[in-house]
Amino acid sequence: MKIPAELLYSKDHEWVKVEDGRAVVGITDFAQDQLGDVVFVEVPEAGAELGVGDGLTTIESVKAVSDVYSPLGGKIAQVNEELGDAPQLINEDPYGKGWIAVLEIADAAELKGLLTAEEYKKFLSEEA
Amino acid sequence: MTWSYLPHTAEDRQEMLAAIGVKETMDLFADIPEQIRLRRGLNLPGPLSEPELAAHFAKLAAANANLAEYACFLGAGAYDHHIPSTVDHVLRRSEFYTAYTQYQPEISQGYLQALWEYQSMICALTGMPVANASMYDGATAMTEAAILACGATNRREILVARSVHPHYRSVLATYARDFDYDVKEIAFADGATSASELAALAGRSTAAVIVQNPNFFGSVEDLAGLVAATHAVGALFITVAEPTALGVLEAPGKLGSDMVVGEGQPLGLALAFGGPYLGFFAASAKLMRKMPGRIVGQTVDKDGKRGFVLTLQAREQHIRREKANSNICSNEALCALAISVYLATMGKEGFAEVSRQCLQKAHYAYDRIVAAGAAQPVFAAPFFQEFAVRPGKPIAEINASLLEQKIIGGLDLEEFYPELAGCMLLCVTEKRTKAEIDALAAGLEALL
Amino acid sequence: MNQPLLFELGKPGRKAFDLPACDVPEKKGLLPETCLRSEKAALPEVSQLELMRHYTQLSNRNFGVDTGFYPLGSCTMKYNPKINEDVARYNGLALLHPLQPAASVQGALAIIYAVEEALAEIAGMAAVTMQPAAGAHGELTGLKLIRAYHRDRGDFGRIKVIVPDSAHGTNPASVTMCGMEVLEIKSEPDGSIDLEALKAAVGSDTAALMLTNPSTLGLFESRIEAIAEIVHEAGGLLYYDGANANAIMGIVRPGDMGFDVVHFNLHKTFATPHGGGGPGSGPIGVKECLRPFLPNPRIEKLEGKYTFGCSEKSIGKVHSFYGNFGVIVRAYAYILAMGGAGLRQASEDAVLNANYCKKLLSKDYDSPFDRFCMHECILTSKKQKNNGIHTLDIAKRLLDYGYHPPTIYFPLIVEEALMIEPTETESKETMDGFISAMQQIAREALENPGLVLTAPQHTVVSRLDEAQAARKPVVRWEP
Repeated sequence: MKIPAELLYSKDHEWVKVEDGRAVVGITDFAQDQLGDVVFVEVPEAGAELGVGDGLTTIESVKAVSDVYSPLGGKIAQVNEELGDAPQLINEDPYGKGWIAVLEIADAAELKGLLTAEEYKKFLSEEA
Repeated sequence: MTWSYLPHTAEDRQEMLAAIGVKETMDLFADIPEQIRLRRGLNLPGPLSEPELAAHFAKLAAANANLAEYACFLGAGAYDHHIPSTVDHVLRRSEFYTAYTQYQPEISQGYLQALWEYQSMICALTGMPVANASMYDGATAMTEAAILACGATNRREILVARSVHPHYRSVLATYARDFDYDVKEIAFADGATSASELAALAGRSTAAVIVQNPNFFGSVEDLAGLVAATHAVGALFITVAEPTALGVLEAPGKLGSDMVVGEGQPLGLALAFGGPYLGFFAASAKLMRKMPGRIVGQTVDKDGKRGFVLTLQAREQHIRREKANSNICSNEALCALAISVYLATMGKEGFAEVSRQCLQKAHYAYDRIVAAGAAQPVFAAPFFQEFAVRPGKPIAEINASLLEQKIIGGLDLEEFYPELAGCMLLCVTEKRTKAEIDALAAGLEALL
Repeated sequence: MNQPLLFELGKPGRKAFDLPACDVPEKKGLLPETCLRSEKAALPEVSQLELMRHYTQLSNRNFGVDTGFYPLGSCTMKYNPKINEDVARYNGLALLHPLQPAASVQGALAIIYAVEEALAEIAGMAAVTMQPAAGAHGELTGLKLIRAYHRDRGDFGRIKVIVPDSAHGTNPASVTMCGMEVLEIKSEPDGSIDLEALKAAVGSDTAALMLTNPSTLGLFESRIEAIAEIVHEAGGLLYYDGANANAIMGIVRPGDMGFDVVHFNLHKTFATPHGGGGPGSGPIGVKECLRPFLPNPRIEKLEGKYTFGCSEKSIGKVHSFYGNFGVIVRAYAYILAMGGAGLRQASEDAVLNANYCKKLLSKDYDSPFDRFCMHECILTSKKQKNNGIHTLDIAKRLLDYGYHPPTIYFPLIVEEALMIEPTETESKETMDGFISAMQQIAREALENPGLVLTAPQHTVVSRLDEAQAARKPVVRWEP
């Protein structure tokens, strides 16, 4: 299970990559593995304002469906349109081509609520 | 006492109880508290042997006036068409009718393919790119389409033509009430939906406009115009299509409908006193992942061979639970199979011919009745296989008299439309012969 | 070999039916040109023999109860008696228009009325409607009645429906379809209601509790009276999901357990065919307090004559006409064939069969609940898991042995579940055959797991790519 050290994580199994006041968001390797073959991603709407914990998107696999909650508050600056046609990117490259959206971070303090890679690893082992 | 549906002998039961390690079957029910158990036998008729059953049902059947003996001029949402012999021969194959839903695709390829072919034929008839594998009936299909429209547009107002089948509007009202959706009726003028009334009602809160075509009165609507007015306010247009008419009428999909639903009974299902029927449900590609009900998709197996599976299941209740777009689980699969066999049997030319004959015979009947002065016309709109007339006598009285002549007369429209008191809705399908139509006209004339 | 698609068979000009020629004088221009179809619908053009061979081939690629053992838990795949198919096709029952005058359909109305009465007796309820077309449709109707009841009493705040996490997916979905809110409560590990959780959940916003009893784990909820009391005390009503009613006919009645509404699945408990997913029928029975809200029309009997009645407080219609009449006819034939004592014997044998399978399989498979089950039992693939074998693999391997697999991965609260419901119509020999196949698979899982993992080998297709089907849906034929 890959857990890149440079990223931040939420307990809902999302990852966050902070770049110049913006946050790239996706789901973790663990999450995609749990879901199985992803068949559909509802591409979020760019421009929407989200609070922490608001629904960002819904990911469907063959036999399950999972809501993805926004790990941070902010405006959706960019969305990964490619997921519409190629939802399998979430399985194939969850930390790369499978990114879901870029948020303009509204309150950097919220980043403190996220887990480091070490903490997420520990969280996963406790969950299991 | 023994029953042929229960295979166990007394020895079987004893051996099984011994294997389990109990003395008697009731030991297995120990978890049921004594005080709530039924301490008497069920008070039910029976048991009957097979010959007794057959005789009992023959007697019940004989207490009904059936359409093998009566000529039926009643339509109003259920239609007496020819049903080819092939349909029942396929339905009787118990590999189909004793199966459950196709959740194990490797041993359900036959049914999955048949349902996929059904979806394909519904798409061909309606001119839509996607159809599901069936809903309960036309009324619930229409209602679920309206609910889908509210969800997809995030609006709460539903405009439904008053010329839509009254049962469908009643079911819509039952469902809409608990969602707090606002259902408004669009009036009709001269038997067809009033475009000006639609324009006056439709607005930015309108989720859907629902129009039946041909409508409950048999009138053919100007769909293109109504669709344009609907899309102008950003609402979705739902056509409730009478499927036999699709042999002569333009496919609603080609006229811009966002969803096409309707009652599949006319496509080879027995009238059976109102069911089981089938609701067909077709939609635009954009709405596919929001559709209710099961959908069959084509795919390949591990060796690359073509195969079929139930697909897009993440929409459904067994996965999405309270967030599912509908609670539907069981559908009307066997009716979908019957419709496939019907449409394939009638074929491209035959289906169009059925439709053409309905149109011709209904107009012959209309001319015959109106020309003889047996009844007055009610509406001027063009019609398909049903039309309203005003005979000048109470409808119940007329129908009682016709019944004596082995004719089932038309619907008393007052039952659903107080404003149409004294009017009768007649239906003439391809199954009615000229002789039967002439007898109806003569019957009506005799009552003048 | 693939079976060709209908659309790949035949050729232009072929037909499978001879329609009588039109015998009335024909006219042109009856409809405006703009309404007319620009091209004929692309329907098949096949001969009658081609058509019959096509569907016969398809039927050979399908598995039904008449093909073999079908122990699908929660689905009650019992035998569908053949006489029922015959009587439902009698002209006097199949060839009836639903809007014929009541005087001309007295036999049909008598059947609906009689089935309502029989189901009321079996359920311990005051009144029954036959209008819902399926179990989920019955749930929706029942919940609407409950909502109408509270509303009628001016109790508008009751919009929450408590549903245990072991429930069928239709339960929460039906609640949403009624515009109400689901309050999910955790079950005990054995699927029974956690009374403390229930007490904490009920309140002045409680509309109802939905419960399946026996539960979806196949176990009877012994504390049902206490549960009913908690819900009733709080002002809520109890809804009985009748999916598992095959365990209790003539033994205990939902009405006597304290339930206010019950639905039955005629296609489960009352032997009408599942039809490959439908048509079903989901009649509901209610206590007296809910009678005024039942869907219209009601069938009434006055001086030996049947008529239509209607109630002003009715929730309205939930289906056109009167529901799935053809299914109701079949269920009536079943009830008459069995009688009261026969239905009870059916339930007893159903429970006997499930316990027999449970007992004999619990050596090779993990059996999580150490008590008698009702009409179905739950096993898991826990013992096979170490060899990389999952429940799905066991199910697929069963296909190679000629059996329909049990229900898998349900209920959700049991990991890797296999739910076996043999039904009462299966003989000991059939179950012994199935048990030995299951034991053989357990051995294979140890000795030759590859065989199980690559199953099925002997079906017309191997495992199908469901991900591809859902990613790029191909849902119709295109020329």
